[in-house]
Amino acid sequence: MATELATIVFRSVFIENLALNFLLGVCTYIAVSQRVETAFGLGVAVTLVQTLTVPINNVIYRQLLSPGALDWLGLEALDLTFLRFIAFIGVIAAFVQVLELVLERHFPRLEQALGTYLPLLTVNCAILGASLFMVQRDYGFTESVAFGFGSGAGWALAIVLFASIRERLKESEVPDGLQGLGIAFIVTGLLALGFVGLRGIEF
Amino acid sequence: MNLSSTYRKVFLDPLVDNNPITLQVLGLCSALAVTSQLLPAIIMSIAVIAVLAFANVAVSLLRHVMPRSIRLIIEVTLIASAVIVVDEFLKAFFPEVSTVLSVFVGLIITNCIVLARVETFAMHNNSFSSLLDGIANGLGYSWILLTVASLRELFGSGSLLGYSVLPMAEAGGWYEPNQLMLLTPSAFFIIAGLIWLIRTVRPAAIDQNVVTSASNAEPNQDGN
Repeated sequence: MATELATIVFRSVFIENLALNFLLGVCTYIAVSQRVETAFGLGVAVTLVQTLTVPINNVIYRQLLSPGALDWLGLEALDLTFLRFIAFIGVIAAFVQVLELVLERHFPRLEQALGTYLPLLTVNCAILGASLFMVQRDYGFTESVAFGFGSGAGWALAIVLFASIRERLKESEVPDGLQGLGIAFIVTGLLALGFVGLRGIEF
Repeated sequence: MNLSSTYRKVFLDPLVDNNPITLQVLGLCSALAVTSQLLPAIIMSIAVIAVLAFANVAVSLLRHVMPRSIRLIIEVTLIASAVIVVDEFLKAFFPEVSTVLSVFVGLIITNCIVLARVETFAMHNNSFSSLLDGIANGLGYSWILLTVASLRELFGSGSLLGYSVLPMAEAGGWYEPNQLMLLTPSAFFIIAGLIWLIRTVRPAAIDQNVVTSASNAEPNQDGN
């Protein structure tokens, strides 16, 4: 069991990295990677939100939405899986709101640094994406904790790496048309290429 | 500016000059992963246009009755409902494409383009121009998506929409496929190329959302 969980974490951090392999959350990834410090804070926030929302969504999906989950109410053959989008996004939005309040109260500095980006986590595709992958791959509860943590950490790793490269990039000369956004894509592509190299690893 | 030219501007602006992907850096997330072949990209584009148009019109109609404090939740719920309809429709009529797109249809909900248009445009405009805006932004998104997908399918597997265009070497032809094109990083490279192209052709299109390095971040003429 322990090795299985370790495998899930390892896979979701390196091999199936949400940002670099599935290109999820790329909008935030490009927009909030000017400085390593903010990138790191955002990475931590994403990891936290992922680690908690994926298992919560897992419980909701298994106990309420999946076919046959409401048998005990006498509602056999009721299949509510189509409601998963609304349910998941609701959980994520509510959770982000709570996180914002907690950070404001206990970690005001981090809250200030993340500022406007925190509410954006609601529409960060990586977070909803992780919950949807959880359903698609049919993870159980403990597996979903591992997957949530791993995929969040993988996203954090990607954005911190990218922000560090970008800080250096400010010093370099880039062709006019590629300034800013263009070069950001090329760098991300090269980073992603590096992660592709890890694909061959099997357990 | 008279009415029809306002509509014209609303419609044409998002196609190149204010393209959601290359200029506003929105909506990349759910998009690029489906571009290794042309067919899923086409279906994805249609889905996004449909959701954008629906969400824009719905929000625009409701904009006077929505309490401001809970508008985000309402917007997201409206978008999610549209996406559910699209997802069920694909599952019923195009089951194979639905399998290929897997979670990415659901991710249209978190596609930043949709929320951005709803928030910045539909909240302040009438429903007809919101409809135009939704469709135009969807098209601006689509042409980038389709360009990336055609390039990737053409050079990655020598075909378009599954029909062989460049005869592959392994099937007796002359074309040695570029394996890189089948991997996700190629999407980044192609988009970077497109951005370069658009900015070279239209120098006015300097990005306003992403702060560029101080060296060339000159304020542009519009004062944006």
